[in-house]
Amino acid sequence: MSAAVVVRGVDKIFDTKSGHVTALSAVDLDVAPGEFVSLIGPSGCGKSTLMRLIADLETPTAGTVEVFGTSAHQARVDQRYGIAFQQAGLLPWRTVSANIALPLELSGMARAEVRQRVDELIALVGLGDFGDRFPDQLSGGMQQRVAIARALAKKPQLLLMDEPFGALDEMTREYMQTELLRIAAETGAAVVFVTHSIPEAVYLSDRVVVMSPRPGRIAEVVPMSLGSTGSRADDLREDASFFEMITAVREALHGGTHATAPRGVENR
Amino acid sequence: MTTETRASTLTRTPGPSRPRTRPPVGPLGRTASGAERAIAPVVLGGAVIGIWQLLAGSGLVEAYLLPSPAAIIAEIIEFWPSMLSAAGITGLNAFVGLVAGSLLGVVAALVASTSRLLDGMLAPIVAALAVIPIVALAPVLNTMFGADSRTGRQLIASLAAFVPVFITTARGLRQTQPVHRELMTSFAATPWQVMRTITLPTAVPYTFTGIRLASSLAVISALVAEYFGGPRGGLGGLISTSAASSAYPRAWAYVVAAIALGLAFYLVTLALERWASRRR
Repeated sequence: MSAAVVVRGVDKIFDTKSGHVTALSAVDLDVAPGEFVSLIGPSGCGKSTLMRLIADLETPTAGTVEVFGTSAHQARVDQRYGIAFQQAGLLPWRTVSANIALPLELSGMARAEVRQRVDELIALVGLGDFGDRFPDQLSGGMQQRVAIARALAKKPQLLLMDEPFGALDEMTREYMQTELLRIAAETGAAVVFVTHSIPEAVYLSDRVVVMSPRPGRIAEVVPMSLGSTGSRADDLREDASFFEMITAVREALHGGTHATAPRGVENR
Repeated sequence: MTTETRASTLTRTPGPSRPRTRPPVGPLGRTASGAERAIAPVVLGGAVIGIWQLLAGSGLVEAYLLPSPAAIIAEIIEFWPSMLSAAGITGLNAFVGLVAGSLLGVVAALVASTSRLLDGMLAPIVAALAVIPIVALAPVLNTMFGADSRTGRQLIASLAAFVPVFITTARGLRQTQPVHRELMTSFAATPWQVMRTITLPTAVPYTFTGIRLASSLAVISALVAEYFGGPRGGLGGLISTSAASSAYPRAWAYVVAAIALGLAFYLVTLALERWASRRR
């Protein structure tokens, strides 16, 4: 099976009123099928831009992005990935079920089939009795679970997530992280996860891609030797190996020295 | 631990109803109960009518300037069947105008939303339409469609209704959230699917706000258009006929009927607007 994501020599330059801004420079990245990769770095390092290039929401200025052996554009048209943003982005006039059903309806799936798939997804993200609720009746964490269910609707083997837990409180956030690992293990999907929280990146990932700004590039790729992501549980957060990995990512972020924390990166 | 039990402990379980808003607090810091809030304007209205009655009866104000409420009520009772039929005629003109104008407004806003060029072409025309004086338009339309036709009045009402519906719908069609648009891109949705799934539902509450604003304008326009010739029988025509024959209490009675008609339109469209916006 071909790699989930292959990024080769990608530059991204935005034309703004104040001139050219180089968001990404000479980026190479590989994500294997089923692998969990986090992109971390200070504000302006291009981590969201890199994810959006994979999603074909932006096009690279130079270089190539391949998803499952095809172009990023073809992968988007073929619905090879699911996506979730920091905002859940649910349609307020649709129920939870109807929100999850949206991508299925758009692709013309039969009504009975849609219903069955939505029921599976609601069970997968643990929203059992909430299918008939409207988004404004749900907490932020539950809204994000709906968004994740929607992203998984078409059984993609790649999940792209842009700080999906960034707006949640710490308790809910840790719970959602464990839930995400369970869901990723059950679906076998590869995940590209953008975050600015070091513990979040460490807890979730097989590999943490540390990026640095001006111009955005990959500074270091830190493999997490913490066992398979599917087997991780909350007790890992208190394990010595967890803190070692946090230190490794911190040092990579600081360029190998013990400098003060870069702006925009959380150390909690 | 299962997902279900964790879900119930870690996330708040919302009740079936949406969060209730607290009743408004009066200037003295007391919370007004529902009954108080309903009674207050009735008491004020009663007091104003009472003072009006005393003033009109005192001889300080001439009866032709300000007839007493009792005289107006007597006229309303005496001319009740005529009130109803007049309100029906004017109401039908206003209704036809409101429906036609709203439909045109929505269609024009959709056309304007498809391209910046069309938007630029339509916007100044709508701005000009908004300020056409009825006094200029009504006689022209009456001549065009003949003295016994109501089409002219319905056209005037639809013109008045068209403008706010066009403006609010055009604005609503531009209110889609970036995150919704990007999601639709990630779903590889066609332009028609984007329109049907996010653009139109986002615009609907804006359109209904426009229809509420248009409802009052349609009634006023249908009524005023009756002053400039055409068939008799509507509220506007009867107000001017009564005033011309010095039957001031009767003229005022038709004014009361016109207010009631306008309020009825407003309340129905307000209810429609609330219904359309219930999930925001």
